[in-house]
Amino acid sequence: MNRHGFWSDVKKYKTLLLMLTPAVIFFLVFAYLPMAGIILAFKQYSYTGGVFGSPWNGLDNFRFFFNSGDAWRVTRNTALYNIAFIVVNNVLQIFAAILLFEAVGKWFRKLAQTAIFLPYFISWVVVGAIAYNLFNYDVGTLNVLLKGLGMTPIDVYNTPSYWPFILVVVSAWKALGYGSIMYLAAITGIDTEMYEAAEIDGANIFQRIMKITVPNLMPTVIILVLLAIGNIFRGDFGMFYNMVGNNGLLFSSTDVIDTFVFRSLTTSNEIGMSAAAGFYQSLLGFGTIIFANYAVRKYDKDRALF
Amino acid sequence: MSSTVANLEVKPAGAKRKHADRVLLSVIGYVTLTLLALFCLFPFVLILSSSLTEESSIIQYGFQIFPKAFSTEAYSLLFKYPADMLKAYSVTIFVTVVGTSCGLFLTAMTGYVLSRRDFKWRNHFSFFFFFTTLFSGGLVPWYLMIVNNLHLKDTILVLILPLLMNVFYIIVMKSFMSSIPDAINESAKIDGASDFLIFRKLIVPLSKPALATIGLFIALAYWNDWYNALLFISNSDLMPLQYYLYKMLGNMDGMRKAMMETGVVVNMDLPTESLKMAMTLVATGPVLVAYPFIQKYFVSGLTLGSVKG
Repeated sequence: MNRHGFWSDVKKYKTLLLMLTPAVIFFLVFAYLPMAGIILAFKQYSYTGGVFGSPWNGLDNFRFFFNSGDAWRVTRNTALYNIAFIVVNNVLQIFAAILLFEAVGKWFRKLAQTAIFLPYFISWVVVGAIAYNLFNYDVGTLNVLLKGLGMTPIDVYNTPSYWPFILVVVSAWKALGYGSIMYLAAITGIDTEMYEAAEIDGANIFQRIMKITVPNLMPTVIILVLLAIGNIFRGDFGMFYNMVGNNGLLFSSTDVIDTFVFRSLTTSNEIGMSAAAGFYQSLLGFGTIIFANYAVRKYDKDRALF
Repeated sequence: MSSTVANLEVKPAGAKRKHADRVLLSVIGYVTLTLLALFCLFPFVLILSSSLTEESSIIQYGFQIFPKAFSTEAYSLLFKYPADMLKAYSVTIFVTVVGTSCGLFLTAMTGYVLSRRDFKWRNHFSFFFFFTTLFSGGLVPWYLMIVNNLHLKDTILVLILPLLMNVFYIIVMKSFMSSIPDAINESAKIDGASDFLIFRKLIVPLSKPALATIGLFIALAYWNDWYNALLFISNSDLMPLQYYLYKMLGNMDGMRKAMMETGVVVNMDLPTESLKMAMTLVATGPVLVAYPFIQKYFVSGLTLGSVKG
C-alpha cells in the first residue's frame, strides 16, 4: 500500500523530479561524495591506494596535528580573527547605516553608498595588490609617508604583530558596503509611525536614534551576529592567502585553519594530516552552527535556519 | 506620552534645539561618510596613480598618490604585447558566460521545484541541499575527488563546475518564486501545461528581478575566481584573469619569461612596479566600468536575501 503510494507519487511528480536531477547530482558529487572521503583522516594516504585502498592508521593523523602545536595556533587565530571581524564590522556597518539613513540627503546617500560598496566587487587578488602597494618595504606608500614625516620605515611583511590590525582593517574595508546596505534595508523597514510618535513626544534626533532606530535594529543585528558566530571556525581563505601568502614569517599571527589545511595539502603533501585538520574544522563548524541556530531559534523562532 | 502637553507649551525653544541637533547630526553624517567613502576609494586611486608613475620615480621615491613623474609606459607595454593578458581575458569571459548561464538556469529550475507547495518532497530536498552548508568533507577529499576521480585537473570544466550552484542562491530563488501566486501554477496545469513549460513560459518571465540579481552574483563570482585555478590549473593557456594577475604579482621572473615568450626583448628593465599596478587595473577594469550600472541589482539582492522564505 505504502510502496504503491510512493511509486504513484514518483509518477505524479515525474517532471519536477527530473528538473531537480541536475542539482541533486551536483550536490551528490561535489558535497556528499567528499564527505565519504573523511575516512582519509584515519588513513595513511598513498597514491597507489587512493582514498579507499590506503591503510588505516587510527588517530595518528590527529595526534600529529595536535602534537605539532599547529592545531591550537590555527584554531585560536581563526576564532580570534572572526570575533574581531564580527565586532568591528558590525559596529561600523550599523554606524554607517544609521548615518546614511538619518543624517544625509538622498543624493549624498546614493553617492556614499556607491563609494563604500565598491570594495565588495573586487577579487582578493586585487586586494593583495593593494596591500603590496601600501606595505612594500622599499616602495610602499606607507613607508613613503613615514619617510616624508621623518620617521623610520617599517617592515610590515616581516612583522607578525602588525597583521591582526591590518587584517581587521582590510576586512572592515571590504565588508563595509555590503553590511551597511543590509542594515540600511532593515532601518528602512522600521514603522514610520514610531518616528512620528517620537517627534510628537518631543524626542530630538539623537534620542530618536538611540530609543527607536537602534532597538528596532537589534533583532537583525542579533540574528546576523549569531549566524556569523556559527561560522567562527571558517577562515576567509581568499583574504588570508592573498594578504599573507606563503610568508612563513607571519604565520604565528596570521595562519588560520583554512590556510594551514591548504598548505599541508599542496606544499608539504601531508594528505592524511590535512584531511584530519579539515575534518576537525568541519566538526567544530558543525557544532558552532548548530549552537548558533539553537540560539537564534530561542531568540526568534521564525528566523532560525532550520 | 504624558509630557505631550508640556512639550507643546515649550515648543519654540524645543524646536530650536531640535533643529540644532539635526544640524549637528548632519555635520557628523556628512563628515563621517565622506571619510568612509574616501577610505574605500583611496586604494583604487593609489593603484591608478601608481600605474601612471614612471618606474625610475617609483624606485627612487616609492608609490605616490600624486606621481612625481607621469608615464604611460606600463600601459603601452601591456597593450603592445597583449597576448597573455588577452588569453587570460578570454578564459575568464568564457568561464563567466558559460558558468553564469548554466548556473542561473539550474539555480532557477531548482528554486522553482522547491517553491512548489504541492510538491510532496520539497522539504526533504531542501534539507538535502541545505545540509551541505552545515557540514562538509573539507578541502582534501574534495580536492582529491576532482583530481583523481573526476580527472578535471587542467581542464576548463574545473573552472566552471565548482561554482555552478550555491545553496544560498537556490534559497533566495525559492523564496522569490514562493511569492508568485499559486493560482498561476494551478491554472496553467488545468490547461494541460507541463511543469517545465510552466517554469519556462510563466515563472521565468515573472522572476526577472531575481534572475538579474542572482545572475550578477554568479557572474561576479566567476569573474573574481582565482581559487579553483590556484588548486587545479597549471597550464598557462587555461589561466583565468585573476589567477594570471596573482601569478604576475608574485613572480616577476614569470612575468619576464612570459614577456620574452611573446616577443618582448628583455634587455631593457621592465617597469615591474608600475606594470603590476597597471595589470591590476586592467584585470579589474570591466568590473569597475560595469559597477555603477549593476550596483543596484546587488543592493536589491541583499534585501532579497534578508527576507526569509
